[in-house]
Amino acid sequence: MKVLLSWLRDFAPIEGDPVAIGDQLSDLGLAVEEMTAVGEGLDGIVVARVLDLRRHPDADRIQLVDVDAGDGEALQICCGAFNMSVGDLVPLATLGAVMPGGLEIARRKLRGEWSNGMLCSPTEIGLGDDADGILLLDGEPTPGTPLTEALDLRPDVLYDLEVNPNRPDAMSVSGVARDLAARQGVPFAIPEPAVAESGDGAAGRATVEILDEDLCGRFGLRVLDGVVVGTSPRWLANRLTALGQRPINSVVDVSNYVMLELGQPNHTYDLDRVAGAAFRVRRAADGEVIETLDGVERTLTVADGVIADGDDTAIGIAGIMGGANTEIDDSTSSVALEMAWWDPMTIATSGRRLGLRSEASARFERGCDPEVVDLAMRRFAELLAPSGATLAPDLVDARGNLPAREAIRVRTGRVNALLGTDLGRGRIAEVLQSIGFGVTEAGDDLEVVVPSFRPDSSTEIDVVEEVARMHGYGRIERTVPRSTLTGHLTPYQLDRRTVRSTMAGLGLDEVMPVPFLAPGDLEAAGLPADGVTLVNPLVAEESVMRASLRPGILRTLAYNASHRMTGLGVFEVGHVYRRPAEPQPLPDEREHLAVALAGREAGEAVSVWSALADALAARDYALVAESAPGLHPSRTARIEVGGVSVGNVGEVDPGVLEAFEVPERVAWLEVDLDTLLALPHGDKPYGRVSRYPSSDIDLAFAVDEGTPAAAVDVCLREAGGDLLVDLSLFDVFRGDVVGEGRRSLAFTLRLQAGDRTLTDAEVAEVRSRCISAVEGSLPATLRG
Amino acid sequence: MEDLAAQLDAAVADAAVAVAAAADLDALAVLDTDLLGKKSVVTTVRSHLGGIDPEGRKVVGRRVNEVRTEIEVLVAARRAELAAEARAVVLEAERLDLTEFDRGRRLGHRHVVTQTWERLEDLFVGMGYTVAEGPEIEDEWHNFGALNFPLDHPARDMYDTLYVDHGEPQSTLLRTHTSPVQVRVMETQEPPIYSIMPGRVFRSDTADATHMPVFHQIEGLVVDRGITFGDLAGTLEAFTRAYFGSDFTSRLRPSYFPFTEPSAEFDIQRPDGSWLELAGCGMVHPNVLRAGGLDPEEWSGFAFGFGLDRLALMRHGIDDLRELFRNDHRFLEQF
Repeated sequence: MKVLLSWLRDFAPIEGDPVAIGDQLSDLGLAVEEMTAVGEGLDGIVVARVLDLRRHPDADRIQLVDVDAGDGEALQICCGAFNMSVGDLVPLATLGAVMPGGLEIARRKLRGEWSNGMLCSPTEIGLGDDADGILLLDGEPTPGTPLTEALDLRPDVLYDLEVNPNRPDAMSVSGVARDLAARQGVPFAIPEPAVAESGDGAAGRATVEILDEDLCGRFGLRVLDGVVVGTSPRWLANRLTALGQRPINSVVDVSNYVMLELGQPNHTYDLDRVAGAAFRVRRAADGEVIETLDGVERTLTVADGVIADGDDTAIGIAGIMGGANTEIDDSTSSVALEMAWWDPMTIATSGRRLGLRSEASARFERGCDPEVVDLAMRRFAELLAPSGATLAPDLVDARGNLPAREAIRVRTGRVNALLGTDLGRGRIAEVLQSIGFGVTEAGDDLEVVVPSFRPDSSTEIDVVEEVARMHGYGRIERTVPRSTLTGHLTPYQLDRRTVRSTMAGLGLDEVMPVPFLAPGDLEAAGLPADGVTLVNPLVAEESVMRASLRPGILRTLAYNASHRMTGLGVFEVGHVYRRPAEPQPLPDEREHLAVALAGREAGEAVSVWSALADALAARDYALVAESAPGLHPSRTARIEVGGVSVGNVGEVDPGVLEAFEVPERVAWLEVDLDTLLALPHGDKPYGRVSRYPSSDIDLAFAVDEGTPAAAVDVCLREAGGDLLVDLSLFDVFRGDVVGEGRRSLAFTLRLQAGDRTLTDAEVAEVRSRCISAVEGSLPATLRG
Repeated sequence: MEDLAAQLDAAVADAAVAVAAAADLDALAVLDTDLLGKKSVVTTVRSHLGGIDPEGRKVVGRRVNEVRTEIEVLVAARRAELAAEARAVVLEAERLDLTEFDRGRRLGHRHVVTQTWERLEDLFVGMGYTVAEGPEIEDEWHNFGALNFPLDHPARDMYDTLYVDHGEPQSTLLRTHTSPVQVRVMETQEPPIYSIMPGRVFRSDTADATHMPVFHQIEGLVVDRGITFGDLAGTLEAFTRAYFGSDFTSRLRPSYFPFTEPSAEFDIQRPDGSWLELAGCGMVHPNVLRAGGLDPEEWSGFAFGFGLDRLALMRHGIDDLRELFRNDHRFLEQF
């Protein structure tokens, strides 16, 4: 919502410098997004007449314009706009003029042609949002006249305010003035329109009937006679322009002016074109068709409201747009003026469905003031009176259901308990009365009647907010509550930090791809297409929620590789989402860790896993050779912790890498953190360190390729028993010596007892037990 | 007897010269034998002691021992000197250019969003808060209904919501804010509640320098007896000073959110005087307390929520939100 300071002052003697006023508006919850000085800095801009338009010999986007700037001479200007014709009057910034934006106009050459000034668009001189063409001036101002004089522009301040959805009253200049006057403690009043009534009363000339009382809370109708569609006075056109409304004609302009000033949207009908001069408010029939003012045929549903005439033909969509069949034009003499209160929800859904949202519908959606109708009607007539329009007596006033406005009990104690203040009942009453709330005392408390322009306020807490707002948020003393709890992270949150710091400690960078995938991404990654899909995605490429971190990470690797960054090691911790197998309230959502090591083989991913298992003290894990979707069929293992699957480790299937255009091998680890961290881990029991000497023995076995090293490991641990305190695989080699299809696995076993020094015989016994266990249960033989 | 004494004096003098001339440890070992071994002057003199009178034997014998010690000291000193020289040679041969090894071995980097997230968690944990989380795919009730957004309420339009194909149409969505976690916390925990709720949220926004369809928020919720709007203002002020520094201040401006009342925007003022809008906040709306199963006459509370990504951008002077999600290695390794 934009407001002009001069317009605000029509309602209250607002004081102070423009910046301070802007701060007050922001502090009232009407945040100033932009403050602009208008009608200033226009010295040196004069009216000029277009004498000739020529092609620029050397440029397509600019033309040469000869103008008369008042001295009768042709002055050449280069101009990038093409909307003017010979004879038009336009604003010319003359040499030496400094534009509001700071640009100083100088004589200069554009592609070899002299430009002796600049023709101005509305935006360039602070007159509205139109930056596309040069401002074409109405009337017959003499060339050479200063623009400020020709347009009757006066210095003013324009505030662009952000108005929250709960403040329909602030969608009007008068409503903003009311808040500001209250804050400044100056009187506020909407002037009584000075308009005389004449002619035949409207009551005998038109009828109004509300058939759906929930749709329409009030439908007011007045008749204006002798209406001539002309142009608006300059001052009115200037105000509309400043607020971003392009002046159109005297009737449309007054309609917009009244809406902006008082917040009441309105519509005009050519009364003679309304069959039976009857206005019947009802729901549309499904499939009912109406041609709206913009010449478009629109098909309605029962969710829309319409105004129908005496033939029951729709002549307007309630609160959205009027019909073409009753539009006023040059032949119109009597105008029916509608000011209604529409059900906000109907207007919101209707406007959304039809794609027609306007300044009017925005106000109806938030809830207009049903009681401003009478005043706004007379204001309309007053503004149109100079063009000869007269107001017929009678307001034809039909009422439907309006929201109830019951008195609200506001407890003084409650106000102070919620705000942390110590406001007396009198102070609370004072701030509420300053913005039009009706207040009566009720014991220690107050009975509050909310004014009709504040439909958002309907409960005690709403009134508490008004008290806080008008008292001033900044005046409420700041305190910090003492939490009686001990702040902490959950074990899961602590573990997740360990996961991240371990990964970073291993040299991996954390990535954060967006969790949206394109259809087919999961399949391309070799995964089942069980992702949750978006009903209303922004783009098709982001219409599937990831069921795995893999596609996003592979895309990250491909992106970096395409920028010559290969061999990266990255990790991600994030949610994955799957369609659940069984019906459940929400999709299956879990937190995963994924690790990708580009240019490296599966073994390195295993090292990352073992480091993670160590960091989390996850005991009893096993790597079970087993293929997994999208992973390398012979280089993948399933990770089990305590017999429960928690993820996979290995390499990404080369076919998948090809599909994602990743040019190098990728070692891969993916762990379901929700599952892993719910399993027993951490808090290892203490093992007493033996003070007796240990003995090391080395055993090398020739083992079939099909037998995992882990199987030998398990076998040795079982056979070694308690005396085997450490076991490590220190060498693997293949070659003729070992034989085709086999490899040599060499282990070091450290034997030690907690209560004695082991004898040679004991060591020998463990050694032979280990050998026979391995040879006896696995296709393995001791190498001599 | 005087002859023997002279021999001993000469031996010491000779030894000093010879020891000083020993070129290396091997030569010194040979010399050691020559000077103190069986054929040495010292040994020879000692063997002649028997032919001297007891008084003279005593004198000469003492002198023999003195000379022996003197020579031993000479040899030991030279040995130490030579050993040091030899070690110095070996060590010099091991010389390394350490700058050859300074090849930027590096740790990995946690994402800048993660770092900001954890920094905020730590700050609020220090103020006595716990950290709660909730699902990113939410139901309509927790995201809107329980937060006092009636169905078809225009305020829902403030959020460009992405819906997913789960359950009834428009029943399941990508949460548009972290506020639904407020409701989940109230549903599962008895007050007093002092919690923050960081997390990922989604809006149907086209990506540009300041918007992403996915971003991060951190929500705060306090519900206790006697919590006031002043507590909200004071808490956010304490947060501002702790996170940004004591030369920052804050203010609250009236605003509107369906789930808080009174509602406010929380702005911080930089040391240069400029203001920056940082968060939305307010007193928890009585309807939200009721939706969470709490009696608004018994309990009151405040809530706040701000954009986590923006704090990350501010801290590091990053000017484009999209960089956080592009995952360019040259970006990631900077933090």
